[in-house]
Amino acid sequence: MNNFEPLIAVFSCHYCSYAAADLAGSSRIQYPPNTRIIKVPCTGRISVNHILRALECGADGVYVAGCLEGTCHFVSGNFKAKQRVQSAKSLLGEINIEPERVQMYFMSAAEGSKFANVAKEMTETIKELGPSPLKGTNTQ
Amino acid sequence: METELRTGVFICHCGINISGVLDIEDLCEYARTLPGVVTVQANLFTCAETGTSEIKAAVKEHDLNRVVVAACTPRTHEPIFRASCQEAGINPYFFEMVNIREHCSWVHRHDKEGAQAKARDLIRMGVAKALFLEPLETFRSKVEPKALVIGAGIAGMTSALAIANQGFEVILLEKEVEMGGLLRHLHKVAPSDMTAAELIGEKIAAIEKDKRIQCFTSAALEEVTGYVGNYAVRFSCGDESYSDKVGVIIVATGGASLKPVDLYNYDGEHVITQSELEIKLKDGNIGAKSIVMVQCVGARIPERNYCSRICCMVGIKNSLHIKEIVKDAKIFVLFRDIQAYGVENEALFFKAKEAGVRFIRYSLESPPVVEDGKVKIYHAGMGKEISLPADLVVLSTPIVAHDDAESISRILKVPIDEHKFFLEAHAKLSPLDFATSGIYLCGNAHYPATVREATYQALGAASRASIVLSHDTVERVGTVAAVKEELCSSCFACVKVCPYQVPHMNERGKAEIEPMQCQGCGICVAECPAEAIKFAYVSDEQITAACEALYAA
Repeated sequence: MNNFEPLIAVFSCHYCSYAAADLAGSSRIQYPPNTRIIKVPCTGRISVNHILRALECGADGVYVAGCLEGTCHFVSGNFKAKQRVQSAKSLLGEINIEPERVQMYFMSAAEGSKFANVAKEMTETIKELGPSPLKGTNTQ
Repeated sequence: METELRTGVFICHCGINISGVLDIEDLCEYARTLPGVVTVQANLFTCAETGTSEIKAAVKEHDLNRVVVAACTPRTHEPIFRASCQEAGINPYFFEMVNIREHCSWVHRHDKEGAQAKARDLIRMGVAKALFLEPLETFRSKVEPKALVIGAGIAGMTSALAIANQGFEVILLEKEVEMGGLLRHLHKVAPSDMTAAELIGEKIAAIEKDKRIQCFTSAALEEVTGYVGNYAVRFSCGDESYSDKVGVIIVATGGASLKPVDLYNYDGEHVITQSELEIKLKDGNIGAKSIVMVQCVGARIPERNYCSRICCMVGIKNSLHIKEIVKDAKIFVLFRDIQAYGVENEALFFKAKEAGVRFIRYSLESPPVVEDGKVKIYHAGMGKEISLPADLVVLSTPIVAHDDAESISRILKVPIDEHKFFLEAHAKLSPLDFATSGIYLCGNAHYPATVREATYQALGAASRASIVLSHDTVERVGTVAAVKEELCSSCFACVKVCPYQVPHMNERGKAEIEPMQCQGCGICVAECPAEAIKFAYVSDEQITAACEALYAA
């Protein structure tokens, strides 16, 4: 049995995925309590540094959840986020940390169930991977 | 001089919505141990008058300069608490909200231990972030006193007239060649007995007479940019292209009735839809005596699982109209459930029964079978299949979203749901607003609505829109990015990445961002390799502080 409970940081945009998380709440859709949302106006606000910082600070996984492709409230912020998530993944790969610890998801404000499913899916993925080797290394 | 940071934390029970799952006392105890926190209070409802007064009193008593509320979603309640901060004399942006209801108690109620740990973490993160909040100033931007209404059905026409009647200009776009929407094909509007033609005729005449309304038919929306009070819109009408500025936008794009292709032997002749029946009713010639209506055709099925709500009343209304024309008509309505809400609808339902319209329930598992001249149905009361004579079968199909709902949602950047109906900001708190300020919705674009419902939604949306239009300026918060010129290396990264082309190089060769044009997304802030762009609303320090507080070893 795997008793490890991962800690997962979620960067959510105000207009879509944060709203989807709210909708999951008002629809009372249950999902594992491993995610911690950090709200930003747009996922384009999130830099590679932020993603890596979250990992350094003890997150076992990080995902960025933006608007559906083509519906970003700020036109192209979610595409920028996708590129940055990709860069973060390749940096992690270079230092032998599983790139799967970082993901990009897209969802609309109406997709409460998708928010819950993604939280569940990510929790399971990170459970499989085990604790992040960076955990507890933050010295700042 | 550095001022000491003094944070007050207010934790909401939300009745039992939060306290039913989370141990509020434990959260309070925990919050007291966090850096900078000088007072922690629990409130039964922090958003109620008593709660906000407690915040204001605590700010004074404890000389607070940061306020953190752990309660529900900031998407609905942040403005209330920001206002309380302002009233208490601190900058409203020295406020941070932690969502322990939608994101915690409501979604982890079967894992109280996990929920409690999460709530502690979220509060810790919020408090940590609060230490790095910066005061923001507001500025005012001009409002274009003009509205764009998309769709000239009953909802769009009603909104357009309501806005024009308040003295504002309106651009009304209709994609069809004429105004009127779905009502153009309907016979009479229940329960008023008014003909649909009369109703839309009045509206169209009023619109055509009104100099303040410019109506474009055969029109298509092409592009929308800007923000509340100042949207730049581009649309086409025939081969012509138009650009204009409006302060608000109302989405009244309506819906279509589903064509029951391959369902119940639909042929448009002996097996028709309610809309096609309405055309016959208009002509006053039904050409049938035995009529069977089948409800929920293509609705409340796995691939379209919603109830279109209005079709039961359409069936009931049309049964009565048939009875008026063909006195000895035999009408059977095959239904799964009857949706006849409200006093008048209920009364019409009884009137139909009294008039001899027979209602037979069927289940999804044993649907009626339409054959030549008859309909077979399993009658649960009789415990056997019966055969009903049918010269005419009428299928009640649901209202579905228009094919272009998706493209309009992309142009406006407002959400649609899984069935492509437009999604309001909040079902109860802002039912006519989108999350994007200055854009509103009404009518079938949102969900199947009766004419009456579409009308009052339209009036409501017009009234919401008029709040913006009736002011010369709209308050905008300085949630904008600013370049620290001394750090700028003139690399053009911000110029290239901004979706709104706001940053530009000034005469000193440094990037500059015009605050009135900045939309506050923060994309350039994350892109700048020199970290030369400051974004006080969501600064790097705040994000980092939240990250650093993620994990308590």
